[in-house]
Amino acid sequence: MTAPFFFWFFAAIVVFGAVGVVAMRQPVHSALFLLLSFFGIAALFVTLRAEFLAAVQILVYAGGIMVLFLFTIMLVNIRKTAGEPFLHRQAGGALLVAFLLLAVVGGTIVASSRTSGLADAGQPADPAKLSTTTITRTVTETVDGKVVKTPVTEQVAGNSQAVAWSLYRDYLLPFEVASVFLLVAMIGAVVLGKRTMERVD
Amino acid sequence: MISVTHYVALSFLLFAIGVTGVLIRRNLLTVLMSIELILNAANLNLIAFSRQLGDLNGQLFAVFVITLAAGEAAIGLAIIISLYRLKNSVNLDAVSELKG
Repeated sequence: MTAPFFFWFFAAIVVFGAVGVVAMRQPVHSALFLLLSFFGIAALFVTLRAEFLAAVQILVYAGGIMVLFLFTIMLVNIRKTAGEPFLHRQAGGALLVAFLLLAVVGGTIVASSRTSGLADAGQPADPAKLSTTTITRTVTETVDGKVVKTPVTEQVAGNSQAVAWSLYRDYLLPFEVASVFLLVAMIGAVVLGKRTMERVD
Repeated sequence: MISVTHYVALSFLLFAIGVTGVLIRRNLLTVLMSIELILNAANLNLIAFSRQLGDLNGQLFAVFVITLAAGEAAIGLAIIISLYRLKNSVNLDAVSELKG
C-alpha cells in the first residue's frame, strides 16, 4: 500500500503520542502529546491517499480543537491538583479490562489475518479511484440565436475535487445537517460557558 | 508489504489506548483527549478501508466524524468549564451527586 518505512515511522509516532496522552500527569503535556499524535495520523492519511483529509485533520484538530483544549487548560487551575493522584481508584481493574480488550480484539485480528488471509486481502484498489470522479454538467450555448443545452461528461482529477464533488452531490443533506449540528454545538457551548450557575455546596 | 491489516491493527491499538485513558484517568480534560484518540482510530479505520476498496465514501464519512469531534470537543470543554465553576475542580470523583 505504501513504503513500509513511512508506515512504521508514523505508526510509532502515533502510538508514542497516544501513550503520552494517557501517561502524562499534567494535562498540558497530554495535550502536546495529543498534538504529536494528530500530526502522525495526518501523515498516515497521506500514505492512504487521503490528502484532503490530512489537511483537514491538521486544520481542524491541530488548529481548532487543540486551541480549545489549551484555552480550557489555562482557564481551569491545574496547579492546585498537582499533588493529587492522577489515576482513578479503579485504575487496576480498568487496566485489566483494557488488556482483555486488547487481547481479544487484537488476537482476532492476528488470527483472522493468519487463517482467512486478511494479510493478502488482495491488492489495494487503484489509487486513481480516490482522486478522480466523473461529473455530468450542462453546457448552455447560444447557436444561431437559439439556446442549446448539451450534457457534458468529464473527469475531474485531484483528491480534494473528488471529495468536494461527492460531498456536495451525494452527501448534500448530511452536509446541511452537519452545519446545523455545528450551529447547535456553538450555541450550546456559549450558553454553557457563559452562565454562572449556583453553587451546589 | 504494508496491507490494510496493519492499518486496522494500528487503529485498534489507538482505540485500546484511548479506552484505557477514559477508564483510568481522573482528570476530565485527559478523558476528553482520550475520546479524541478513539475518534481518530475510527477515522484511520475508515480511510484504510477506503484506500483498500478504492471507495471515496470512507473519506466522506471521516469528514463527518471530524465534524462530530469538533462539536463534541466544544460542548465537552464548555461542560468542563461550567463544572469547574460549580465544583472548583476538574476531577471526575468530584462529580458524585448521584452517588447513593
